[in-house]
Amino acid sequence: MKFAVVVFPGSNCDRDMYFAVKDALGEEADLVWYQEAELSSYDAVLLPGGFSYGDYLRSGAIASTSDVIGQIREAAEAGKPVLGVCNGFQILLEMGLLPGAMLSNKHLKFMCHFETLKVENAETMFTREYEPQEKISIPIAHGDGNYYCDEATYQELKDNRQIAFTYENNPNGSVGDIAGITNKAGNVLGMMPHPERAVEALVGNEDGLRLFQSILTHWRNNHAIKA
Amino acid sequence: MRKVKIYITLKEGVLDPQGKAVQNSLHSLEYKNVSEVRVGKYMEVMMEDTNDIEEQVDKMCDQLLANPVIENYTYTIEEVV
Repeated sequence: MKFAVVVFPGSNCDRDMYFAVKDALGEEADLVWYQEAELSSYDAVLLPGGFSYGDYLRSGAIASTSDVIGQIREAAEAGKPVLGVCNGFQILLEMGLLPGAMLSNKHLKFMCHFETLKVENAETMFTREYEPQEKISIPIAHGDGNYYCDEATYQELKDNRQIAFTYENNPNGSVGDIAGITNKAGNVLGMMPHPERAVEALVGNEDGLRLFQSILTHWRNNHAIKA
Repeated sequence: MRKVKIYITLKEGVLDPQGKAVQNSLHSLEYKNVSEVRVGKYMEVMMEDTNDIEEQVDKMCDQLLANPVIENYTYTIEEVV
């Protein structure tokens, strides 16, 4: 399976994402510069964390207007897995692939530590290797991770089972303790915590690895059906 | 040439942690009658005048300058000589 890691000016978790796929998962990955990206030849698109364009205007806002966004939209419409982590999540919100918006953390502090997440929906292509309601430990690292949406949108997220992960102890003020959501079709996931930083026991834990394994299992099953 | 002055504010009901921190600071400076502070953004955009300038400004606010999920915007257009 071939993963594209889209690199924007100011991305800084791109190498971690690349490592998670290439070394921990053992699949193919390329770092693709946003201006030279040809995403059609990839099976999945990963938007890494960081501070694209220095978070100018709003986190992810400037990146959401770049040319590569059209290709990301196409990948999403084609049903390919699209994963945005941290700044990648903010970009997905700003480009409208996911509903809602990001505000500054409730206490205005940049936070960087492990959080306990609950797997709210273990039936998505990103979470199928987790147990329903399983508690996992994944690091967060953000200043603007306070997820906001209005009441109607929140109800819709719940009704469509689009909430993939919630925080056990909400660190940032997010509506409904939301840590990660999918689109309605379930092939686009945005999350603030960093699964790519938790793929090896040697450097913390490997709770994040199963997210990447879920994508791979889904892809293999789909491929087996097609073949 | 026109100067467009754009004011972007958080929608009512959207939490403003920054405004809250500023409000607390004003209280510690003894401005006890301050009841709320909301922090927004101000932008100046210089642009050539066109017939559809208002339509253009609305569009650029909706597309990029403001995030309609959390923010409102107002603007004025001034003639610059």
